Amino acid sequence: MKRTRVAFAAIAAVGALTLAACTAEPGDSGDDGTTGAEETTDEGGGGQEGTIRIGIKFDQPGLGFQDGAEYTGFDVDVATYVAEALGYTADQIEWVETPSANRETMLEGGQVDMIFATYSITDTRDEVVDFAGPYFVAGQDLLVRADETDITGPDDLNGKNLCSVAGSTSAQRIQDDFADQVQLIEQPGYSECIQYLLGGQVDAVTTDDIILAGLAAAEGSGAMVVVGNPFSEENYGVGLPPGSDQCEPINEAIQAMFDDGSWEAAIEANTEGTGFTPNADLNPPELRECAAS
Amino acid sequence: MSEFLAVLSNYDLVGAYWLNIQLTFFAAVASLVIGTILALMRISPIPSLQFAGTTYVNLIRNTPLTIIVVFAALVLWPVLGVEFSTDFATNFFWLAVLALSVYHASFMCEALRSGVNTVPAGQAEAARAIGLPFLPAARLIILPQAFRGAIAPLGNTLIALIKNSTVAAAISVPEISILMKEMMENEGNYVIPIFLTVAVGFVIIVVPIGLAVTYLSQRLAVSR
Repeated sequence: MKRTRVAFAAIAAVGALTLAACTAEPGDSGDDGTTGAEETTDEGGGGQEGTIRIGIKFDQPGLGFQDGAEYTGFDVDVATYVAEALGYTADQIEWVETPSANRETMLEGGQVDMIFATYSITDTRDEVVDFAGPYFVAGQDLLVRADETDITGPDDLNGKNLCSVAGSTSAQRIQDDFADQVQLIEQPGYSECIQYLLGGQVDAVTTDDIILAGLAAAEGSGAMVVVGNPFSEENYGVGLPPGSDQCEPINEAIQAMFDDGSWEAAIEANTEGTGFTPNADLNPPELRECAAS
Repeated sequence: MSEFLAVLSNYDLVGAYWLNIQLTFFAAVASLVIGTILALMRISPIPSLQFAGTTYVNLIRNTPLTIIVVFAALVLWPVLGVEFSTDFATNFFWLAVLALSVYHASFMCEALRSGVNTVPAGQAEAARAIGLPFLPAARLIILPQAFRGAIAPLGNTLIALIKNSTVAAAISVPEISILMKEMMENEGNYVIPIFLTVAVGFVIIVVPIGLAVTYLSQRLAVSR
């Protein structure tokens, strides 16, 4: 009997701790936010108060990647630049992970203020959320081992093994256009695909070229190269909640980033050593008109 | 609503669910077989077999299914060379069946053992008294009664297995949760209806099984 009581007490204690942990977290980050705001007012730079929540991917090296407490990548660099133009300092940015399937819901639900997460502008997405940008035009491409010479484009994939991420548009395009000839593995993430590519189980990995370049750069040592024969056009936009008034200022900030050369520098820094160059005909892209709200 | 139905008709929902059902079917048969063997090991009079059975159950039962499935895809196939077919789709399907079977066997074993506990000790003693060795005694006396007593927990394991078959998405089996991701990728404005549709699909599959299990467990229970 006594032992039962002790066990109950232990379970209750663990439960209480768990609950406490849940409630404590938002409070903590709120504190961080206010300190950040105070610092900026001290500087008197006319900055915004509070924090801005920016959605990025945490698992895409070269684009949006969580490296300990640091966040790195091209998306992160562009987001930081834009946030600074809107009056937020770097420590006022709260990075939020926005996986592909959650992006629309997180914008509609107000969990994030904007999303920089390889977010292609498409018609169906345009119906539910607003977009600023595009800030980059990517194309679907192939990543192969460095010693591979047979594969120069999607038409060389007959009889080859290919890896992509389950449910992604890249996987669907391959299935629609090449499925009869290639064997497709769909994995939850690109890191598994890289594993298969380096292990020799697949001959190529496919998704947007800049994502591939980031993956290759993260692996280092030039073991993999991007083929450089893109076969689609993905306009990466800044996802905004429907009816947002931030589109115009964000577009101005992106234009400024194109003009002062820091956009190009950000691409180079994040894809170093992979031989990747963005499609020059399409980049830097023409900004879209903001939807009249 | 009608627009959403038009969107749904672009996707092969039934085909995706059919893959889940196939995964469940093969994994259920295999895990029941492995589980029965494990249960026999655990109730056998040989200590080393008991130890092996207990170790398997405790090890596998406490390992997350996702880890077992991903292990099958990232280690078993590429590193250890376990290959069922050179065709990727077939290969991954059977790897998923293998992983699901290995995992659920431990639960099937424990469900069966709970059934064995419903068989009075006198039955086993009587079997031994008429000179039956362990295996015939188990086959003729204990297991038939144990299965009838274990229908409810076995049914629970089956229902868990149906839902866990979605973990096969982790290794490229194009079942319903991969289709769900694909639909969300394309139809960002219908995220919540898509969730609900997939959930309702599972309810439609699982509820009849739950009802059948309840009916059978009452019908077939050995009244003592």
